[in-house]
Amino acid sequence: MSIRNVGIVYKKELTEAIRDRRTLISTIVVPLLMFPVLTVGFGAAMFSLLNKAEKETPQVMVLGGADSPGVLADLKKLEGLKIVDSTPDWKDRIVNKEVGAAVEIPEGFESDLARQKSDTVKIYDYKNEIKSEFAANHVEKALKKYSDDIVKERLEARNLAVSVLNPFEIKQENVAPPEKVGGAAIGGFLGYFVIVLCLQGAMYPAIDLTAGEKERGTMETILSSPISRVHLVFGKFLLVLTAALLTAALSVTSMGVSFWGSQKFHAFDAGGASDAGSSQLHIGVGAILSVFLMALPLAVMFSAALLTIALFARSHKEAQSYITPLMFIVIIPAIAAMLPGVELTPKLALIPILNVSLLCKDLIAGTYHWNLIAIIFGSTCAYAAAALFLAVKMFQRESVLFRS
Amino acid sequence: MIEARALSKRFHDKKRGEIRAVDDVSFRCEPGKIYGLLGANGAGKTTALRLLATILEPTGGTALVCGYDIVEQPEKVRATVGFLSTATALYPRLTAQELVEYFGRLNGLDEATLEKRADAIFNRLDMNGFRDRRCDKLSTGMKQKTSIARTLVHDPPVMIFDEPTLGLDIMTARTIISFIRECRDLGKTVIFSTHVMSEVEKLCDVIGIIHNGTLLAEGTVPQLREKYAERDLEEIFVKIVTPHLVAEAN
Repeated sequence: MSIRNVGIVYKKELTEAIRDRRTLISTIVVPLLMFPVLTVGFGAAMFSLLNKAEKETPQVMVLGGADSPGVLADLKKLEGLKIVDSTPDWKDRIVNKEVGAAVEIPEGFESDLARQKSDTVKIYDYKNEIKSEFAANHVEKALKKYSDDIVKERLEARNLAVSVLNPFEIKQENVAPPEKVGGAAIGGFLGYFVIVLCLQGAMYPAIDLTAGEKERGTMETILSSPISRVHLVFGKFLLVLTAALLTAALSVTSMGVSFWGSQKFHAFDAGGASDAGSSQLHIGVGAILSVFLMALPLAVMFSAALLTIALFARSHKEAQSYITPLMFIVIIPAIAAMLPGVELTPKLALIPILNVSLLCKDLIAGTYHWNLIAIIFGSTCAYAAAALFLAVKMFQRESVLFRS
Repeated sequence: MIEARALSKRFHDKKRGEIRAVDDVSFRCEPGKIYGLLGANGAGKTTALRLLATILEPTGGTALVCGYDIVEQPEKVRATVGFLSTATALYPRLTAQELVEYFGRLNGLDEATLEKRADAIFNRLDMNGFRDRRCDKLSTGMKQKTSIARTLVHDPPVMIFDEPTLGLDIMTARTIISFIRECRDLGKTVIFSTHVMSEVEKLCDVIGIIHNGTLLAEGTVPQLREKYAERDLEEIFVKIVTPHLVAEAN
């Protein structure tokens, strides 16, 4: 192996990559901009929408209740709600979002209450429509309070304390340290992004350096030079690997900055009172570095596999159609690791991609199972070596290089 | 010096079965002479030249290029060969100078030698006006000059040209033709393939006529004229190839 020759190829491919707008966009611009746009942009839009929904006074229609003037009067007194007159097309008006919700008071409600007969008050809303649910929740809260007050009155009438109904309190409390809570919340997410972006970053250069070279007619030129095909593959492979790691590093950095930025934004918005919220998403730099270390053999595997597949294609287009299905093969195990309850076991530690993705969850949470880490690192390195071997073999096959 | 010994290349094609692209071909090219490989499209010219340049590996036989065996020492062979064809394109995002230097380095030149060699070539080919321009911004003529500079940078004693004038305009084609002549005058071994009779007549010292992977006839132009009793090279070519076409049709 001549490092000089590999270096010559790598340097030339790097020069070309830097001068290629498409490569720059896919490896640098997209990962840098994706997260700020996603978190800040999307988050801000979401925030302002929620705010608007809360500030707007929802309209609620009362159906029936003519014989229960007390309840009607109480509902009308509610703050933040506007009671409107009922119309026969109330269902349509909820669906058309003209009215937030409707509440149906059964006939003889107040007299039933006096006789201690239990009736059902129905609230109609538009499920999963934010303004409608907001109105419905508001009404439900008011009615609940009304019901609680009645319970209280009745208990008092019988000289009983309220604690008769609540013999004891139940409360949940978190004892896990903040970084573990954060790990469970976003560990899977982070691993998923590092894995998918490694692939994403390697994709375009891998195609450009193989199928692209065939398409432009430079394959024959380079093959007529004395460089050995093994050196050629390694030079190309190193460039693709560089792109994969650069993309992953840039996107994680940009993700970190965006999260940090949006937390500051929300903390500021909430009057600086949400310190508890920000410490819940605490992720150590060490954890992120170890995620990268685990992603390294994975990036090697992706780069080599992509080179192998793309080399088989005759053109950019053809290569893309081969690689799109590969995207799914990678995304499925990466997502599977995000499912709740999927935990790392020695068997799962042998499944490529899924193992690294699961391990990321543990690493972010600060859990280090050293023997599992060894299995995962070892097996991923083995898969990576196999993929690299395959890429080298592929570069020595005439039927692949000169496919027509 | 090139010496092909029973050189053969077979392909497997799913539809057509086994194809003998080059079938048991032997010939010699001497230094200071131009060997012309003449044949129709698909006759096996490109495959034969790719075998000599070690871009493809033979399935049978071998060849010696400057004493190196194309099967045993392919990297040594490539270092002694300059290979130019219409298919050998340039890297679009490198400048002409970067491209020439890249191939110089791949040929193992050290930086000092490379700089001297590149300057000399750029001067000789009158390329200084565009040496810093990217290859995708060059005209066809400039691209051809850059390709020539690429094949010359390591000063190879053997030159292989595969249909070098295919699809070029007359002026650019003339540059290539005079370049091929210049290579001969410098004492290099030159082999080139074409299907243009006039090029062969103008340039070649020895002609090999190839059809369906087999070398059917070989000799200097006067030798071939005498043997086949025809003046016109095209008539000679038709006379040699026709019996085989008839045989295939039956």
